[in-house]
Amino acid sequence: MNVPPQLNSFRTGPDERGHFGIYGGRFVAETLMPLILDLEKAYAEAKADPAFKREMDGHLTHYVGRPSPLYLAERMTAQLGGAKIYFKREDLNHTGAHKVNNVLGQIMLAKRMGKPRIIAETGAGMHGVATATMCAKFGLECIVYMGSVDVARQQPNVLRMKALGAKVVPVESGSKTLKDAMNEALRDWVTNVSDTFYCIGTVAGPHPYPMMVRDFQCVIGNETREQVTALEGRLPNSLIACIGGGSNAMGLFHPFLDDKDIEIYGVEAAGHGLNTAMHAASVAGGKPGVLHGNRTYLLMDADGQITEAHSISAGLDYPGIGPEHAWLNDTGRVKFLSATDEEALEAFQLCCKLEGIIPALEPAHALARVIEIAPRKPKDHVMVLNLSGRGDKDLASVAEHLGGKM
Amino acid sequence: MSSTRIDTRFADLKRQGRAALVTFLTAGDPDTETSLAILKALPDVGADVIEVGMPFTDPMADGPAIQASSQRALKAGQTMVKTLAMIRAFRAADQTTPIVLMGYYNPIYIYGVGKFLTDAKAAGIDGLIVVDLPPEEDEELCLPALKAGLNFIRLATPTTDDKRLPAVLANTSGFVYYVSITGITGMAAADPWAVTAAVSRIKRHTKLPVAVGFGVRSAEQARAIAQAADGVVVGSALIDALKATLDGDDKAQAASVGAVTKLVASLAAGVRSAKRGGK
Ligand SMILES: Cc1ncc(COP(=O)(O)O)c(C=O)c1O
Repeated sequence: MNVPPQLNSFRTGPDERGHFGIYGGRFVAETLMPLILDLEKAYAEAKADPAFKREMDGHLTHYVGRPSPLYLAERMTAQLGGAKIYFKREDLNHTGAHKVNNVLGQIMLAKRMGKPRIIAETGAGMHGVATATMCAKFGLECIVYMGSVDVARQQPNVLRMKALGAKVVPVESGSKTLKDAMNEALRDWVTNVSDTFYCIGTVAGPHPYPMMVRDFQCVIGNETREQVTALEGRLPNSLIACIGGGSNAMGLFHPFLDDKDIEIYGVEAAGHGLNTAMHAASVAGGKPGVLHGNRTYLLMDADGQITEAHSISAGLDYPGIGPEHAWLNDTGRVKFLSATDEEALEAFQLCCKLEGIIPALEPAHALARVIEIAPRKPKDHVMVLNLSGRGDKDLASVAEHLGGKM
Repeated sequence: MSSTRIDTRFADLKRQGRAALVTFLTAGDPDTETSLAILKALPDVGADVIEVGMPFTDPMADGPAIQASSQRALKAGQTMVKTLAMIRAFRAADQTTPIVLMGYYNPIYIYGVGKFLTDAKAAGIDGLIVVDLPPEEDEELCLPALKAGLNFIRLATPTTDDKRLPAVLANTSGFVYYVSITGITGMAAADPWAVTAAVSRIKRHTKLPVAVGFGVRSAEQARAIAQAADGVVVGSALIDALKATLDGDDKAQAASVGAVTKLVASLAAGVRSAKRGGK
């Protein structure tokens, strides 16, 4: 749409003002603008500093437990009868999800910038847990904003955050989910400008966050390249990941964007169905608008008021998507699909039964599309699913939805 | 740019030797009729400039009072079209009081920037304050608004240091809105001494009038700030006064308009009693 038809690379964005095509930007209050410019500068310096990377790699190996395995899901592959399915096991990271990759980077940066107080928003609580964990490790104060609806449906993570010494602040405004937690975190930041670092959990927010979070998550795709080459002697044929804000997906996709033969699929949460008002699929059901510091696809009404998202998965329950994904959609490089609550629940159960892995409900959405796509592919088609997190946190919700059937 | 009602009003007040009282209300809170009645009553009780909030679902820079006010307006069915119609109705009877629309960018972006500017100008709006459009995004709305003959009023904050002020002031017109604290609307006020220092700092960079807001609640505070600044902005306190009159279902009552005008009259008396040091 807004991109020249022949793009040499999909990996050069954003421009110096944080734009991916028409998306991204820095739509924040003046109070925050100097802070964002500081952050941009500090991140550029850290990125250029070999010592920063060395330290980060050390923590990734010895604390997070990287590299995470690339696992051949044999029984799933056999059952579906088509593509060879690999899981990138981000669920095996310390804290149980991909979120920790990004948090490590941001907390090291906060430390470098001399900011002792860390704030974060969280939906499923995985980003909150990762932030609480790193704050404990690095000796920083941690405040996590979480919608009160999510506090109720992700209790195990609330308890983990508290055990790790974080303060969890339930947010009662708006839809009481991730979007509102982000509003409240921004309100905190605007108030506590001098000592506070805002650790955003996905590839969204004002520039430089979408770029910075992407960079920290690219470890997923970089490892996958090496691992799949070692196992298969070549690159995969397709990649697939769920999309909340899009950080686990971007981390897997980005290192492969210029391998133009590789099919790439992002899976949004379709909630009760795209034909209802109860979903969280901002590409499928939204349009470009401005919220939380960036222009991107958003769910909204005709008057530009943001509408409430719905998903069984708290981590996907957000009415927007990272700006780089919005651009990748418009360029056609990534194809966006969706999966309903029901489909995710089925995929969740199948994964438990066939592979002995309890996945988080978020990647269960991507798995639901794998179940549909894989049988249509030949047996030599190599497909990598980002298994972005473990599902212990979701057991209570799943049990409730399945009633007596679990 | 030819001068707007905002320029004219501040020039008049400068001649009179006093600061402006700038009052805020949310369009459509608690319903369109009541907020239009409040709007119409404000100039007579001493509001010199009126900021009308365009409600938004996600007011990231606002505290609980204005958040709830926006929610009430949206729940009662307020839309951009209704907000513009309110201003047109106000203008039919008042040709001089400046009106500034204040809010967040998304509802304007979705309405369509070009159409919005045309309709806003036609409705009799004089200026815009859009919280989430810093100078870095001037091409979005600020430059087209200036071209359309509307003032674009920017917020300066305690984090806007001397190095950054010129960028913030470059395309600002009408007045500069100094946010006296880092924080959201409706929080504690800054002390007048710090405000005085900040205003003189800004005035070293611009000839525009400087209005100061965030946290002003009483006539006494308004008076103190009016001694240092060219304008005093009051928002959350007026919203709270309105809210206190609403019934359990957030419906307006007979006393609703009067509660706001009474507080505005007292704030106006405060502003007008300020002693201005030789300006
Ligand atoms: C396990 C897991 N996967 C995915 C997500 C969605 O976020 P993103 O799209 O940024 O990866 C979350 C968010 O909480 C999560 O916990």
